[in-house]
Amino acid sequence: MDIELSKIYAVWLREVKRYTNSKSRMVSSLGMPLLFLVALGGGFSALVPGFNYQAFILPGILAMTVLFTSVFAGVSIIWDREFGFLKEMLAAPASRQTIVIGRTLGGATTAIIQGLIILVLGFAFTGTPVPPLANLVGILLLMIVMSSSLVAFGIALASVVQEVETFQLVQTLLVMPLIFLSNALFPMDKMPVWLQDVSRVNPISYSVDGLRTLMIGAGSFGLGTDFAVAFAGLVVMILAASYLFSKTSI
Amino acid sequence: MYAMEVSRLAKRFNGFTAVKGISFSVGKGELFGLLGPNGAGKSTTIYMLATLLEPSDGTANVNGFDIRAHPDQVRGSIGIVFQDPTVDTRLSAYDNLDIHGRLYGMDGKTRKQRIDEVLALVELTEWKDKMVKTFSGGMRRRLEIARGLMHTPKILFLDEPTLGLDPQTRRHIWSYISKLKSQGITIILTTHYLEEADYLCDRIAIIDHGEIKVLDTPKNLKGIIGGNIISIESREPQKLADVVTRMGCCRKPRISEMTVSFEAKDGAKLVPKVMEAALKAKIDIESIEVHMPSLEDVFIHYTGTSIREEKAAPSGIMMGRRAHGY
Repeated sequence: MDIELSKIYAVWLREVKRYTNSKSRMVSSLGMPLLFLVALGGGFSALVPGFNYQAFILPGILAMTVLFTSVFAGVSIIWDREFGFLKEMLAAPASRQTIVIGRTLGGATTAIIQGLIILVLGFAFTGTPVPPLANLVGILLLMIVMSSSLVAFGIALASVVQEVETFQLVQTLLVMPLIFLSNALFPMDKMPVWLQDVSRVNPISYSVDGLRTLMIGAGSFGLGTDFAVAFAGLVVMILAASYLFSKTSI
Repeated sequence: MYAMEVSRLAKRFNGFTAVKGISFSVGKGELFGLLGPNGAGKSTTIYMLATLLEPSDGTANVNGFDIRAHPDQVRGSIGIVFQDPTVDTRLSAYDNLDIHGRLYGMDGKTRKQRIDEVLALVELTEWKDKMVKTFSGGMRRRLEIARGLMHTPKILFLDEPTLGLDPQTRRHIWSYISKLKSQGITIILTTHYLEEADYLCDRIAIIDHGEIKVLDTPKNLKGIIGGNIISIESREPQKLADVVTRMGCCRKPRISEMTVSFEAKDGAKLVPKVMEAALKAKIDIESIEVHMPSLEDVFIHYTGTSIREEKAAPSGIMMGRRAHGY
């Protein structure tokens, strides 16, 4: 067990080292969320007087950052396959389970770091009051659960599709819609009915809702439901990733 | 005592049989070569022995562990250097080795010590903390070899270790391989370079279309032909080949562009007779050469084709893409 843990650590370490070794990627992946927060947030705040839209979308932007970074961390297995490193992992005396867990934790770590940077910048930019410690702990917990399940989702996806070209498709057909078809950028009660329905079945909405409740106290599903959906998602995604990745070969 | 015993190992991919039930044994400390053209089934064999592919049939015992029953023990006791690059270009040489050591369950002290040893062996000590994306193709290959040795495996698999490298770097890699052999590690090497197999291997299995055609020491293999190879250059190779066949003094004339080659017991004495026969048939001869059989001739003898006629591996393109890092 000790040895298996140290192998999980090895896989985790590789993810984190790659992340810290590429400062440019770190900065560039913060660009889009910040643009949304400052430009979109600023613009809409001016449109609707009396509604602090920037504060409203801050949890949504946080979720967006975590979503992007996590899914890409998981899907990057496609690149490891293309550039060969996957063989090194698969040839090692480490179980597939170990690789999945190590990668999930590694990807989640990088996503949480990115998320925390956005969170700090967001509080500073939007002037949103920093919530009490208990809420901050809740926010961190939700980020951990959310990012882990999304990395696992990426791993599952990469185990099935395997082509590098698919990578672009993931961005346009999957990741962006998950954000736009959720409550991340618009208040649920102001949405057209069809979008409300879509948002309600989009699991991302529940994480956003949880984050929003904890940050500005304006959620609509209730924290219990939010966390329940997040944890259920985690279990499903970890199982899916483990199963699908165990089927992949070199 | 064998380091490895392979029995009737076979692999089929949707109806295509890549490896057709091969059997062989490798002694401890031996440098064993699998020589064959691209697509002969060499890599597939290595992947099965390294437990990366499940055999369709047959099995093998590697370091005392059955590849089907105990894949984890097999993995822990072997090192493998793949044909295509598999180092992480976004990590330093040190981190690549360190993470490898951790994956193989090595403790911190042993890892540090081994990293220094294997980097010294492949002369990359000064590059320890440099990002691998700044490395040349030859340096990356050396790092791969270092990594394959990191956990002190009993058997090292080298899949086309010098593919795509320039001749100088190739010599360099050969000297590392020879050094390893002198340290007593068992090495299984696949190659489609005849001179590489000839220079390095204790024994060679010539593999083609998933079958082992012949297995022996390079010296014995060349002895099998027993005699000389005569190569005659002419503008009418087909006509000349027919003439030689009618003479009945030798086996299997083979035409490659303008050259007709055949094996003969006593080549030098046969030359005048061939000249005479050619003259009679009014065939112009450009040149005649009599030489001792090379591994190339042995290969032709057993497979019917020259290994050089195979298309070059497409991995050159891959190398180019990889050179940019990612």
